[in-house]
Formats: sequence, C-alpha cells, structure tokens
Amino acid sequence: MWPRRRDFIEKTLHRLAESMEQAARADDSGAGSGFLQRFDPRVKLVGFLGLIFAAAASQKLAVTAAIFAVGLIFAVASRVLVPIARLWCGVLFFTGAVVLPAAILTPGHALFRLPWAGWAVTDNGLHSAASLIVRAEATATLAALLVLTTRWGHLLKALRVLRVPALFVVILGMTYRFIFVLLGIAQDFFEARRARQVGSLDGRQRRQMAVSSAAILLSKSVQLSGEVYEAMQARGFRGEVYTLDEFRLTRLDWCMLAAFVVLTIAAFGMGTLP
Amino acid sequence: MNPTPAFALADATFRYPESTALDGLNLSIAPGECVAVLGANGSGKSTLLRVLAGLCFPERGRVEFFGEPLTEAALAHGAFARNFRRRVGVVFQNPDVQLFNATVFDEVAFGPLQMGWPKAQILERVHGALADLGIGELKDRPPHRLSGGEKKRVALASVLVLDPDVLLLDEPTAALDPKSQGQIVDFLFGCIGRKTIVTTTHSLEIAQEIADRALVLENGRLAASGPTAEIVADTPLLERTHLLHVHRHRHASGAVHSHPHRHL
Repeated sequence: MWPRRRDFIEKTLHRLAESMEQAARADDSGAGSGFLQRFDPRVKLVGFLGLIFAAAASQKLAVTAAIFAVGLIFAVASRVLVPIARLWCGVLFFTGAVVLPAAILTPGHALFRLPWAGWAVTDNGLHSAASLIVRAEATATLAALLVLTTRWGHLLKALRVLRVPALFVVILGMTYRFIFVLLGIAQDFFEARRARQVGSLDGRQRRQMAVSSAAILLSKSVQLSGEVYEAMQARGFRGEVYTLDEFRLTRLDWCMLAAFVVLTIAAFGMGTLP
Repeated sequence: MNPTPAFALADATFRYPESTALDGLNLSIAPGECVAVLGANGSGKSTLLRVLAGLCFPERGRVEFFGEPLTEAALAHGAFARNFRRRVGVVFQNPDVQLFNATVFDEVAFGPLQMGWPKAQILERVHGALADLGIGELKDRPPHRLSGGEKKRVALASVLVLDPDVLLLDEPTAALDPKSQGQIVDFLFGCIGRKTIVTTTHSLEIAQEIADRALVLENGRLAASGPTAEIVADTPLLERTHLLHVHRHRHASGAVHSHPHRHL
C-alpha cells in the first residue's frame, strides 16, 4: 500500500513538532558528554569566533575546506554530526541558489556546457561558486558546533563575560525562550485549522493560509514576547544572565584555547597571504 | 494602630488604547490578608494584578508597597527592585509565558540566581520548593512538555522558591482539572496567614474557600469590597457584575429552565 500523502497542514504540523524537538535536543546535546562539551564556554566562543573569522577572510578554497574539515572532525567527536549534516543541506540549497549564476557568468575557460541551455560553466566560475559554498558551509558548521555543544544559558553568560552588550544578550535569550511558546501557538493554530478543514487545499489556498498564519503569528508573538518579558521581570530579571555553574578555566581549557589560537592564526595566514 | 498596608492604591487609573482597565481605583490590602479579586472578563482584574506586581504603572493616582511608592523610577533602582521582586511573587494565568528555561530545575532556580544568592542556598531552596509542590521528579524535564497542572505547580514553585511575603495569583486554577485545582487550593490554604495573597478568580467557590475578603471589580471600578461570605451571598451584586451562572439546567423534577444560580 502507498503511504498516505500528507497535506499542507499536516506537513506544517509535522515540521513544527520536529522543530520543537530539535530546539529541545540542542540544549540536551550541549549538556552531553562529547569532546567539545567538556570545555569552558568562553574558550569555545573565542575559538569558534576566531575560526569563523578566518574562514570568512580566507581567499583560498583549500584553506576554507581545511577549516570545514576541522569542523567535521569536531562534530563527529562531539556527537552532533546528525543535526549539523541536516544544516549542510539547507546551507547548500540556499547558497547554491545564490552562487549558481557565478559559475556561468564569471569569465574563464569553459569546462562544460549545461544541457538544454547550452551555457558554459567556466573554471573560474566553478572555483568562485565552490569557494562561496564551502565558506558558507564552514562558517555555519562552526556556529552550529558552538550552539550544539554549549548549554544555552552558558553561551549567553559567556557572551556577557566577553562584554557583549546586555541588550543583545537579552534579545538572544528572549528569542530562544520564546521559540517553544511560539511553536506551541503555531501548532494549536494549524490544528484548529485542520479541525475545520474539509478536503485538501489547492495551491492558492495554501499560499493564502501561509501568509495569514505568518501575520497572525507575528502579531501574537509581539503580544506574547511582552508577557514573557514581564514574567522574567517579575522574578527579578534585570538584563544580566546568571547560571549555577561557575566558569573556571582548567589546564585542558588553556590547551584548547592555545590550539584554537594556533589554528586561527595558521588558517588566517595561509588563507589571506599571497 | 493599623499596620502599614502591603498595598495601597489611591485613584489609580490605567488605560489601554481602546479601553480603561482601572478607573480611579482606591483600595488597601493589609499584610497577611488573603483577598480574592472577582469580576467578569475585562473588568480589570489582571491589570490590577500587573499594577500591584510593578509590571505596569497607572497614568494617574498612586500605588504604595508597604508605604513606599511603587513607581517605574523606584523599580529602576537596583536595591528596591531586588527587594520588591524577592518579596512579591507573581503567578501568571498562562504558565507558558512564565516557564522559559530548559529544565524545571533551571526554571525554579531562575529567581534565586537573579537575586545573587550563594550556590548552596540556591540548591537547597530549589530542592525544597520542588519537594513542597510535589514535583521533585520533574526537575530534569523541559517545562514545555509538562501537563497543565504540572506547569502550574512549576510556576508556583518558581515563585515560592524566593519565599515571597506577597503572592499575586492570576486565575491560579483556570483550565485545571478538579484534582489539580484541589492541589493548588490545598497549597494556598497552607499559605494563609503566613503570606499576603491577592488572587483573581471567576470561581466563587475558591474565593469563599481561601479569601478573607473579596473585591468585586466592574469596568475598572471597585463595585464592592467586604468579607467573602457576604459578597458571595449578595445575589443582586453578583448578577449585576456577571459573576453568577445563567444557563439552562435540569432540576430533579425534570423541569428544564434558566435562572441565575451558583455552583458552591
């Protein structure tokens, strides 16, 4: 028997449930027992920011690819390869869509021609497109590694320790705290819609529903974010992030920090020097 | 001699863009008193609670907390704000807006961490609050995956961990099953006399069970204030302020008709 085709609402509900699970799992993996999870959040924050900077500045595909490979090794050792691999697909899709024209439009030696259209893909174009895609994948991987191997509260506290403005940290914290409430509302909204739906939606109705639900969620999110903030204020929140765990740098943390610094300087040097 | 009231409102007026939530409200709540705020939807109950919690401020009039003005400027002052937030606990009607941490334990520890208490004290108080509410086994669970009754108890624990002198409760039993309602009422019973409690409710039964005094709000004004038993017995007042059920029901004789009645 063929599996039943899910309609738009069912698919949306499924995705919402999946997103909630993923958001919850992100904090679980941060408290896990992988390689990166054992290091001080400040070390990881500084280290990954350095590597992201080196990857973004790199003009050599091989260097960017090497940074990406380091991220891959970290992901395997920290047991977060699956969520990161999922991220790669999204990054590849969006960056690919943006850089694809560069493979054709950049002048250079034609490597092959696209079937039907007959457009030539040049060596320079392909190199530019590959560089951009690898850079996007590498930076996204490093950022995801930081988030997935660090408990959210610790990450926010590390940002404050490194003098990131309280307003920025509060907005970041509120966004995360609000995800679950918003996803719950979206789920209720789509379930209520499904309860009143007869038959399946055509393309126009789906688009209409997507737009109207986005508008309703936006307006609800504004109202609810105010309520969440009031609830935080009522319990003494004044913009600072506190956690029960005190940050203390061990010898292992210092070694890791040194490794990050060496890697960043090497990658930056090799990636930018002629 | 009358002690300084826990809260005193004089001519407090608060307006939303499309309506007036509090209209020149005057009232006083004594320390240790348990007050039920009754009123139909939109009568200003939740706004009153927000004003008492220092979450919004009347555009006219005055609010005092133990004789000190409760203003935006006062709450911008670190020492006053910390003392006020420690002494006044707020339980919101929708626990989802109140539970925003990754685990129940983190949720309950949030308030004490904001107070800057030592770690050992925080751990002791959090475990104590979880045990008091009977939710010790939930401590590692994400709050958003709990049932409605569990969420409400976590919300209460997250407030009680600070051992506040004042509890402001917005519809504490709303949308709960009878068992969960009973647990919350039992818990509030234990707080009577030890804490100042201000609770909004639609339930005359719960108001009568726990509150010494009832305030009835109507369009942001105080329609009545007095001993709960007297207020609950005042059928014309309750009818006028839409606090009595009017719906069709069946009597033992089999007759079906509609008239105001109470579920007590």
